[in-house]
Amino acid sequence: MASYQNIFTQVQVRPAEPDMDLAASRIEREKQAGFRYWLGVIGNAQIGPIYLGYLGLLSIISGFTAFEIIGLNMLASVNWNPIQFVRQLPWLALEPPLPKYGIQILPPLNEGGWWLMAGFFLTVSVLLWWARMYRRARALGMGTHVAWAFASAIWLYLVLGFIRPLLMGHFSEAVPFGIFPHLDWTAAFSLRYGNLFYNPFHMLSIAFLYGSALLFAMHGATILAVGRYGGERELEQILDRGTAAERAALFWRWTMGFNATMESIHRWAWWFAVLVPFTGGIGILLTGTVVDNWYLWGVHHGVAPPYPQLWPPVIDPAAASGAAQ
Amino acid sequence: MKLAATLLGVVIAALLTIAMLFTAGWSHPPIVGQQNGYRGTGMVQITTPAAMQRLQSANALPEAVENAPAGGDRAVDTYKNVQVLTDLSTAQFNSVMGAITEWVAPQQGCAYCHNVENMADDSLYTKKVARRMLQMTRHINSDDKAHVGATGVVCYTCHRGNPVPAFVFYDGAGWPQAGGFATSNYGMGHPDAANGSTALTQDPYTPLLEQAGLIRVQNTQALPKDGMGQSIQTTEQTYALMIAISNSLGVNCTFCHNTREFGQWAESTPQRVVAWHGIQMVRELNDKYLGPLKDVFPANRLGPHGDAPKLDCATCHQGASKPLLGASIAKDWPELVGTQP
Repeated sequence: MASYQNIFTQVQVRPAEPDMDLAASRIEREKQAGFRYWLGVIGNAQIGPIYLGYLGLLSIISGFTAFEIIGLNMLASVNWNPIQFVRQLPWLALEPPLPKYGIQILPPLNEGGWWLMAGFFLTVSVLLWWARMYRRARALGMGTHVAWAFASAIWLYLVLGFIRPLLMGHFSEAVPFGIFPHLDWTAAFSLRYGNLFYNPFHMLSIAFLYGSALLFAMHGATILAVGRYGGERELEQILDRGTAAERAALFWRWTMGFNATMESIHRWAWWFAVLVPFTGGIGILLTGTVVDNWYLWGVHHGVAPPYPQLWPPVIDPAAASGAAQ
Repeated sequence: MKLAATLLGVVIAALLTIAMLFTAGWSHPPIVGQQNGYRGTGMVQITTPAAMQRLQSANALPEAVENAPAGGDRAVDTYKNVQVLTDLSTAQFNSVMGAITEWVAPQQGCAYCHNVENMADDSLYTKKVARRMLQMTRHINSDDKAHVGATGVVCYTCHRGNPVPAFVFYDGAGWPQAGGFATSNYGMGHPDAANGSTALTQDPYTPLLEQAGLIRVQNTQALPKDGMGQSIQTTEQTYALMIAISNSLGVNCTFCHNTREFGQWAESTPQRVVAWHGIQMVRELNDKYLGPLKDVFPANRLGPHGDAPKLDCATCHQGASKPLLGASIAKDWPELVGTQP
């Protein structure tokens, strides 16, 4: 009986032999569903049923509206030239309002008005999708962990595009839409606020980000390694610790003296992942509002060490001559 | 099915690898690193022997032009309509003219600027421009020593045998946009030589090297000051200018800055002071010398906004941190020093 379900053994997963007692009936689970071989190679071969509902429908409509506003403005920025649209797509932008418009709700469309509208519809779409995640989880009698993890990402998104700009009094502080534009914004943001790497919440966010990757790799490797003892049936192993769980646990106690349990490793992973955008959002929120130059803040608090001077003191020539900067 | 998938995977991987190998931006090893800051700060200039070779050949010096003694008759007495080189002897004047031809218009010759029937005639626009450029060169060599040092500049520093230097800028036309109520993006969102193929502003020169826009964006204290500091948009403009400077000089950020804090002068290298004087110099030259020439140039020499060609860092530097790799042609040409209005 083959039931090991991953890409390495390539057993096609079809619900012919349901192995867990789910609340939803088999009819419910297979209604409007199809089976695809290639999906079976990387996951469950079954596609569908998709539940859209009015939340999902509104979310998609709203998201599509934002997508269209962004895309059409990008197309206009290359004078409706489809070839240039494709060639320059990674560079194309929809920029936020200029500083002179503050937090005015509708600045001129060509100077940030479209950006505000796109942001509004994207936010509506994301929030509706969050409500949908929450309600679908409840409908299945699940916990709402996925929704709250998603909320953490939404927190960072709202801080960047809405909450912090409001506190600063300028939508010009927000992130532009566009692939390279938002990356350039990130670099400029760090340049403007004196090097974000000295921001302790940025440090925390990075630690959780790398920690998430490490935990994910450790957990994935552990479960694959005990797959031969049925270790991938994690829920059963949580309820009734078998030889897979024992071996995995002993492996980590041997190698690092401590092991997470079959259950707690998922709490570790969830919290690490959730804390990435959560701490990051705090770091962004403090930038410009509470701290304006993180390097100087770091110097003040002994975080940034001085380096020996290799040359005679370099003095600001503008300060020396009183000239313009 | 499984075999087909494997084969498909191998083919895709091979194609991606080949595509990657032929993408721009690769340097053939060995990579030569030159540390220019305290260890651990990542302050290092990187190049390759091939790139150094290219730089050497691109900056080969022109054949030396004989210059003449200061004594003898005065050029003002020998020639009519001498307005700038009034302090030279006739022999000096002639050697300067020969050098200009060699440096600026070697193919076109004297007739590029002069009406050969009457050399004193000012009817050609090129002659008026050349006269202004002589004043500018003398001004740079006399008054901008904070930037050009003892090395100085001559026509060749920028022109390199071209009547129009290879690197000049015009006020940015930007990418043609639909306009109307569609987003303007303030000149951002298109790759360009000036912005180093980023999505930053396509024209950092006009606001920062023609007009005296604010370059400094960081706060000099840890906590916010009263009122709004510099905006992200201003920062992006500065960022684009710095990329342009870095490309023009063939160096990276750490040539001037300790990148852990760009704004701190105490952590910067002495080169940053020279660069600062360079920015002041370029602004002044564009304002006083290049910009006003728009009334002299014919329409085909003007930019899309009807402005004169202006200089930026690349005009002289052309990829070298010291133009012509530090060689001084000006030291042989005292004729090109001396303040002129």
